[in-house]
Formats: sequence, C-alpha cells, structure tokens
Amino acid sequence: MIEIADLRFRWPGAADCLHIDTLAIEAGSTVFLYGPSGGGKSTLLGLLAGVLVPSGGRVSLLGRDWAAMSGSRRDAFRADHVGYIFQQFNLLPYLSVLDNVLLPCGFSASRAARAGASGEARHAAAESLLTHVGLAPTLWSRPAAQLSVGQQQRVAAARALIGRPELVIADEPTSALDAPLRDGFMDLLLGECRAAGSTLVFVSHDERLASRFDRQLSLAAINRAATPEHAA
Amino acid sequence: MKALLGLAARSAWNRRGTLSLVVLSIALATLLLLSLERMRSDVRESFSQSVSGTDLIVGARTGAVQLMLYAVFRVGGATNNIRMDSVEAIAKHRAVDWVVPISLGDSHRGFAVLGTTSDYFKRFLYGDHQPLVLAQGRAFGGDLAGLYDAVIGAEVADRLGYRLGQSITLSHGAGGLPGAEHADKPFRVVGILARTGTPVDRTVHVSLEAIEAIHLDWVGGATMPGVVIPADQARKFDLKPKQVTAALVGLKGRVAVFAVQRFVANYADEALMAVLPGVALDELWQVVGVGEKALLGMSAMVAVVSLAGLVAVVLAGLNERRRELAVLRAVGAGPRHVLILLALEGMLITSIGVAIGVLLTIVLIAAAGPWMQAQFGIGLKLSAPSATEWALLASVLVAGLLASLIPGLRAYRLSLADGLSPRT
Repeated sequence: MIEIADLRFRWPGAADCLHIDTLAIEAGSTVFLYGPSGGGKSTLLGLLAGVLVPSGGRVSLLGRDWAAMSGSRRDAFRADHVGYIFQQFNLLPYLSVLDNVLLPCGFSASRAARAGASGEARHAAAESLLTHVGLAPTLWSRPAAQLSVGQQQRVAAARALIGRPELVIADEPTSALDAPLRDGFMDLLLGECRAAGSTLVFVSHDERLASRFDRQLSLAAINRAATPEHAA
Repeated sequence: MKALLGLAARSAWNRRGTLSLVVLSIALATLLLLSLERMRSDVRESFSQSVSGTDLIVGARTGAVQLMLYAVFRVGGATNNIRMDSVEAIAKHRAVDWVVPISLGDSHRGFAVLGTTSDYFKRFLYGDHQPLVLAQGRAFGGDLAGLYDAVIGAEVADRLGYRLGQSITLSHGAGGLPGAEHADKPFRVVGILARTGTPVDRTVHVSLEAIEAIHLDWVGGATMPGVVIPADQARKFDLKPKQVTAALVGLKGRVAVFAVQRFVANYADEALMAVLPGVALDELWQVVGVGEKALLGMSAMVAVVSLAGLVAVVLAGLNERRRELAVLRAVGAGPRHVLILLALEGMLITSIGVAIGVLLTIVLIAAAGPWMQAQFGIGLKLSAPSATEWALLASVLVAGLLASLIPGLRAYRLSLADGLSPRT
C-alpha cells in the first residue's frame, strides 16, 4: 500500500528533517503515528499525500512512485486515492455541508464514480456518510461555517471517506476536540475506514488513542534524522 | 471547469461585501466608456444628419467649420454678411439649381430665428434626403399679407407650448438685453414643423422680408431714437433684403461642385467662400477628435484603475484564504486549479461589473436621452451595441482576465509553497 525506501527530505536551505530507511504500511490497516511537535509528522504526511516530493529515496502509494509523476499527475492521483483530514478548518466556509462532502468528486472522476453513478446517487452517498458520522439532516444544507468544531471534523471525515479512497490521512484531527467528542470521532473514523476498507494513517501526539489502532509507529524511532531530544 | 466556476462564484459571494465595491467601480468605468462612445457616435450621427441635399454653403470668408457651424447648427456667429446681389449672381451660374438665402441673428426666447425664403421648406433636406414636413398649418407665403407669419420647429412648439395662431415677438441678437425686443412687430405662428432631430427643431422661421421689416427702425443694433415705424406701415417700405448671412446652394450635378466653389471663392465683388458640408464636418471631427481621444483615454484609465482595484482587493484577501487553498489541495486540486479558480473569480467579477455597467448605460440613455435632445439636440438612441462598443466591452473583459492572472499566479505560487500546511 505505502512503501518508503531510504526517504530523505529537507526543506530548502535546511538539514535533513526526515530520513527513514524503510516503512511499509499494509492495505486496510490502521496506523497510529505519533511523535513530538516539530518532529516532521506533517512533513511525512505531505510526502505520503504526494504534496511534497522527497529530496532522496522513494515514497510510493499503491505501487506508484510519487516522484515519478508530474505535478498535475500527482494532484490527480491524490484526488483519486487519498482522503485528507486536517487538525481543523477543514471545510470551505462558503459551501454547504453536503457540498463540502462532495468536493473530492469534483476533482476526481474515479472517486465520483465510486461514490455514485449519478448526481443523485452521489448525493445519497454523501448523505449516508453524514448520517454515519452522526450529523443531523437539518445541518446538511447549512453553510459549513455555522457548524461547531466537532461537527466540522465529522464533516471532514465524511469528505475524506467519500468515494472510498484507498488511503485516509488524518493530521491530528482530534486535537481541537474535548474528550467525549474525541472518543466519538475516533469511533466513527475507525469504523468507517474499516467499513470502506481504507488504510488509515492517523497522526497524533495524544498517545492515549494509540491502542485503538492496528499498528503504532513512533516517528522519532524510525526517523534517523531526528535530533536526540526529539528521540527522547 | 464547471465545478471550479461554481466554487469561484460561491467563494466570491462569500466575500461580496468588499467585492461589490470592485464590481461597482468596474460598472462605473464601463458606464463611462460606453456612454462616452455612444455620445460620440450619436453626436456625429446627428451632426451629419443635420443637412443633406445641400451641395455648398456660401458665406462671408471665414473658416469652413465656422461657416458650417453657424449656417447649419446656429452655433457662433457670422463674421460678415454677404450681399444679396452676390447671392443672385451665384444663382445665375449655369451649374446651380437653386439657392436659398438665410439670415440669422435674432432669437425668440433662446431659439434661433432664421429668415429665409419659402423655397427653404422645399429645398432643405436632412438625414437621408428627407424633406421638412409641416405637422400643422402651412409655410409662410412670402407675400406682404403674410409678412409676420412664422413657422416654428417641433422643439420650439413643445418647449414653449405654442400652437397655431400663437403671437410671438422676436428679440434682437441672442435676446436677454432689455429694450432689444422687436415687440412692436409681433409674429403669428402659421406652421409647426414635424420633428427632425436637427437644429431645425429649435428654429423659428420667418421670411427675409420680415427680418428687413423688424429692423427698419434699427441701426447698429439699437432702435433709432424718435423713429417708430408701426408694423402695418412697414409694408410700404422696400423690404427686399440687401444682405443675408449665408446661402444654401443646390447644384444640378455633383460634378460641378468644385467649379462652383472656385467661382464663389474668386467672386470679384465680395470676399466669399463656399464650403462642402461633408468636408467641413470632417474638418470639425478632426478638431473634436482630439478631445474625444483625450476623453476616451481618460475613461480607459478609469477602467485600468478599477481593475487595479480588483487586483488589490483579491491579492489582499489571498493571505486569509491560504487555508482555503490548502483544503482545495487536500481534496485533489492542483496549483493550476487554484490559478484557474482565481482567474475565474476575477473574470466573474469583471463580467458582472461590465454587465451592470451596460445596464446603467441603458438606464442613463433612457433617462437622459430626452433631456439631451431638448438641451443640445443630440439624439441619444437606445440601440444594440455598435462594433466599437463591443470592442470596448471585450477589451474591458480581456483586461479583467489579464488582471485576474496576477492574484491567480500569486495563489499558484502560494499553494505550491504551502502544500497542505499553510504558514499563516
């Protein structure tokens, strides 16, 4: 599913911040990636999603090397195969909840096709996902900006899952949520990913969540470029 | 692309507060460009419609434009009169078909008074060789019984509410000076002309003899002290005009026009000139053209300024939208989608601004048209945009597209650099 070999990455004018010898993530697994702030977690996610390209080595998704693709090919490949959830501010405030969920279908024909053959079918798929993440139908046509943070994160999860992408990446999606909301969100995210058969790479520094995943990965442990205090 | 357009529209609607000001400024720039162009072409149109069928205009030696302006448009004044016997000599030229002498200088409540012969109503053509038509009444006959008959233009009748039989008095010169009234010799309206859209609408026509009659007891622009000639008594004097302001000349064939023009210019007894109305108009446009170009240039600058406003507003808002760009990247948009999105947004704003500008122009022309017609005799018409107007609209749109590429390219670079983690 995801294969990393001899990955090196550095921001322009800086030293390597990531150096990972090998990492393989199996299809359909859920992975908890943890590490201290500034440890390169977000950078790694950027590399996994093909937004960043490694300075050296290889990162591949579904057997395709991101670096071998052109810029626009990477964008299309990401649209087809990756769902992404940010820490917060996931939604376009001027779109309705439903349109936010349907957004990836506008950029990827294959995800649109998997979500539904017709516009109505895609709407139905989006509504079904919103129901699964527990968002009341009265909210569906509201502008996303009117939702609470917890509601917005659930809409983001529904959007990441629409069209069943092979990989869902979540970058600390619970850090803005309080404990009960967080647990509810984790339940539905893990449940939906397993139901869709999507691989989930979940980044957090909150290690209490780790036990709910198939696999736990310490970035500090696999990143040879980590400074000693980060490794500690 | 359709999805992006929808996104651009909704994103722009979300920021409608600031963007509406940009739309307004683009609309006003469009209004300025279009109404100036419309005014320019309609002014030219109504000027060139003002006289036709007249091959030459003869007057005292002056500038061609000046002669044209006062003889046809009642603007400015004559430097000198011409003698009636000169006019008669021209009429005898074998190439000349007809001559209509005209005498200007007096006015009635701001409207020019034109002394002429009854031939004027037969010979004077406007527009596409259309003759003057009497809406009511009749022309003056030119006999002594009808000495104080007047035929008024449509605008004079409308503005002053005159009907047939109305008694009017003429003022000496442009009017307004106390004591410069020909109040002792009132005229009677015997005919009202149908509207022509030319200066004829704003003219009071009387016979040349009437002009002589009202000036019998005048010398050098003032009444002669102690000399009073009552209206009826005037008929006993020799009212044959000695001099007139200008003459309209019609030829038997256009080929002779330069020969007759040369004949007039070389006329030995008096310094005369003859101008071709079309040539004089061209000369006028060359003068006016400089001003027109300056105005058009100015309104183009206004358009550039409003598009600069568009660029500034969109650029200024871009930093707050880096989040939005990152979200778009995360759902699969590439930097080029971001560029297209921003360009579409700019195009959308420009198009809406231009559309509102066109509507404003239509409203303005509909509202101000009658006033312009009454005040300046310029017929502003509501009609489909001309080729020039389409070109103006297209150039605003193209400029808008080019301008929107500036924030578009900036957003492209931002989203390339930011990826999924905007550094806001």
